[in-house]
Amino acid sequence: MAVLVIADHDNESLFDATHKTVTAAKAFGGDIDVLVAGKGSGAVAEAASKIDGVRKVLHAEGDALEKQLAEAMEALIVPLADGYDAIFAPATTMGKNCMPRVAAKLDVMQLSDITGIEGTDTFERPIYAGNAIMTVKSSDAKKVVTVRGTSFDAAGEGGSASVESVDAPAGPFKSAFVEEKIVQSDRPELTSAKRVVSGGRALGSKEEFDRLIVPLADKLGAAVGASRAAVDAGYAPNDYQVGQTGKIVAPELYIAVGISGAIQHLAGMKDSKIIVAINKDEEAPIFQVADYGLVADLFNAVPELTEAL
Amino acid sequence: MKVLVPVKRVIDYNVKVRVKSDQTGVDLANVKMSMNPFDEIAVEEAVRLKEKGAAEEIIVVSVGPQQAQETLRTALAMGADRGILVKTDDAVEPLAVAKILKGIVGEESPDLVILGKQAIDDDSNQTGQMLAALLDWPQGTFASEVVLEDGKANVTREIDGGLQTLSLQTPAIVTTDLRLNEPRYASLPNIMKAKKKPIDEKAPGDYGVETAARLSVVKVTEPPEREAGETVEDVSTLVSKLKAEGAL
Ligand SMILES: Cc1cc2nc3c(=O)[nH]c(=O)nc-3n(C[C@H](O)[C@H](O)[C@H](O)COP(=O)(O)OP(=O)(O)OC[C@H]3O[C@@H](n4cnc5c(N)ncnc54)[C@H](O)[C@@H]3O)c2cc1C
Ligand SMILES: Nc1ncnc2c1ncn2[C@@H]1O[C@H](COP(=O)(O)O)[C@@H](O)[C@H]1O
Repeated sequence: MAVLVIADHDNESLFDATHKTVTAAKAFGGDIDVLVAGKGSGAVAEAASKIDGVRKVLHAEGDALEKQLAEAMEALIVPLADGYDAIFAPATTMGKNCMPRVAAKLDVMQLSDITGIEGTDTFERPIYAGNAIMTVKSSDAKKVVTVRGTSFDAAGEGGSASVESVDAPAGPFKSAFVEEKIVQSDRPELTSAKRVVSGGRALGSKEEFDRLIVPLADKLGAAVGASRAAVDAGYAPNDYQVGQTGKIVAPELYIAVGISGAIQHLAGMKDSKIIVAINKDEEAPIFQVADYGLVADLFNAVPELTEAL
Repeated sequence: MKVLVPVKRVIDYNVKVRVKSDQTGVDLANVKMSMNPFDEIAVEEAVRLKEKGAAEEIIVVSVGPQQAQETLRTALAMGADRGILVKTDDAVEPLAVAKILKGIVGEESPDLVILGKQAIDDDSNQTGQMLAALLDWPQGTFASEVVLEDGKANVTREIDGGLQTLSLQTPAIVTTDLRLNEPRYASLPNIMKAKKKPIDEKAPGDYGVETAARLSVVKVTEPPEREAGETVEDVSTLVSKLKAEGAL
């Protein structure tokens, strides 16, 4: 048996989500190869070859692969699929964007966002915003899987796989990259951070969000997250959204500030180890999942907490 | 220009689902059902394109039971022109939905298909991408802005690190994210008008599509419950508790 893992990266560094996907692939079983598709991504291929348990790295370089555009990824991966029993990718925006195309071309039903593996055809995945866990058995010969990062530990270093070049698909493709606005930040990345501080609608403005949430996160060395309401209102960028349809996080410490705890938000953070909620409404549903609840006005409590750390 | 919008009837996003005690699924008896919220955003986007004069006709399609007709009526009341109900009582998986949609695209030749990025029941996030692959069309998933110009669709996408803009040749597939627009409520006169708009009835077999499931459900269970926590009276107590737990 063999599994092909699709690496997520930005041509400079290999994302942690890839290491977690390798762990899921190990649970599936068989030889594990990693595909690094990019442009100027030699360092990423190198990093992938060091992941423990990897047999071989396939490295494709090409213009359309620079931003891992879905059509080019499909054209690259589908022919490679012949040699594999399963294709795994992290359930990041890269994996979510590309993998269903691969699945459709192979005529298989993708297993999205899996949280557990019970055998080579049986997988666990959350449905209804994580309010139910479904175990499904796939009858497709090949499995196309995206993996929820918070459910698998990152595979360690220590491997020394060979790196083999594969040809990039020729194109032309019907979509072209125009531009990207990526926020550069020294803060830890949200989905892999050990601590997360998230702010909600109650912050009231971007100014207050930045004045209260950011210093608390800085003190804790935490990533910053937000509820949908805070993102919709422009208090925080869209990629800060934690929840069913945003990012899934499971840090050691999650602090929810002025967030009510709608099921869609809980879906993204209720697997955190310790949850702290600060909310002035003692009836707020967030308190039902919080280990420590502080019923208080955040405008007093947050500066006090930042000060106390 | 013609726009096709697939809309799914799902459990209302406000309903807290209950897993059935026999572990065969979730209890859908007597729960409120609505249009998938991302599909409302898709319909709204199509209606705005029509209002701007960029689109002439909006066709909405739903694959589902007879009651999915209500979902289509909602879309018609928002401003879509006509509906197609692909009637089936089976739970149809995204791959089969994509194949049915491919058949409809073949008959209707839309320039743009706008889908939701994710159905909030199965949380699959795959139908749009699958349809794009089956048609060999370009895709702009998780869209927060769509601008049409010179036969191209410029789609700004919500991606992990921020925003990305792609230029797609049309015909193309777009899937909606939350920030694309705020869907309107249908007005009473429009709800009345929608009753007269046509809805065609079809079956998956009309498109030669088998809906047998590829993924069979072994069981559906409750997620692990979190233990109820404690209320702390002030910030200093919170800090000392967190220290005691080794969280700080
Ligand atoms: C399709 C769909 C997808 C969604 N996806 C997501 C998602 O991924 N993530 C997500 O977060 N949401 C998501 N939502 C939205 C979700 O349903 C809620 O609307 C949202 O989470 C509410 O955000 P909030 O808690 O910040 O705001 P609110 O619900 O308005 O809560 C604000 C809270 O702040 C408290 N408060 C007010 N003032 C103070 C104060 N001075 N001090 C302390 N507390 C105060 C209030 O008591 C209240 O509990 C989705 C919704 C839909 C329909
Ligand atoms: N049964 C269906 N009928 C119509 N549209 C559907 C159906 N299932 C999925 N879709 C469309 O595909 C999108 C993504 O669904 P999914 O891939 O199931 O998460 C939805 O937002 C709808 O636009």
